[in-house]
Amino acid sequence: MADDALFEFLHMEIVAHVYKEQATREDIDKERVTCVSTLELMGFRVGQGLIERFTKDCPTFKEDLDIMKFLCKDLWSTIFRKQIDNLRTNHQGTYVLQDNKFALLTQFSTGKQYLEEAPKYLAFSCGLIRGALSNLGLESVVTAEVSLMPSCKFQVVIQKL
Amino acid sequence: MLISFHYTVHTSLDVVEEKISGVGKALADQRELYLGLLYPTEDYKVYGYMTNSKVKFVIVVDSSNTSLRDNEIRSMFRKLHNSFTDVMCNPFYNPGDPIQSKAFDSIVSTMMVQAF
Repeated sequence: MADDALFEFLHMEIVAHVYKEQATREDIDKERVTCVSTLELMGFRVGQGLIERFTKDCPTFKEDLDIMKFLCKDLWSTIFRKQIDNLRTNHQGTYVLQDNKFALLTQFSTGKQYLEEAPKYLAFSCGLIRGALSNLGLESVVTAEVSLMPSCKFQVVIQKL
Repeated sequence: MLISFHYTVHTSLDVVEEKISGVGKALADQRELYLGLLYPTEDYKVYGYMTNSKVKFVIVVDSSNTSLRDNEIRSMFRKLHNSFTDVMCNPFYNPGDPIQSKAFDSIVSTMMVQAF
């Protein structure tokens, strides 16, 4: 029962720690960007490892849409104990994943309070998605936006080479 | 001696690619990770397996050893996949590097000794 909270608390501490480290340095302008990239890179490596474990028993994926569906249903349920509520695509490599009650944001607020702080807590998850896709063979760019807590949207753009 | 093994494995990668691209056109439910016997040469038989993360495992077996059945090869690949997953989850391992984990090496050596 308490295991769910473990990751949420750890994640909060990770974000706080990364920002505290940066604050001791003098370069305030670059502070925000480096913190977000550090968190994103962490999520990237975690995503790669997780995918290796979770796709061990699945048959090979046939196309990108299958991969995105796996991400939305199986991966999201294993990590955040719920599925993505809405997946939209333009069938040209862009996908929007909407989660109406994102597990890492539920404790913040149910409206607009603390909206500016939200992106910090989404960087790790963006990296997670990017790492997962990269290990499945899809290079992508993942961004997140929040307009009303705790719902958020992840936008994934697959880079076609 | 080692070079000829490397050569065999390299050429088998082409066969793996062929199998993967052929799967989409063939039966829709033929999506297993195990690829089966890739091709037999005069001395060796080569078996292939591809994970969802596009990592390919290749096992080269002496042709004179006819006692190895399909099921045993499948279980060898299963064990390989499990130990590879463990290596991936090791924080000291960066994906793409040669594997230096002693645990992985020992599992592979035990498997090879058991099979022969």
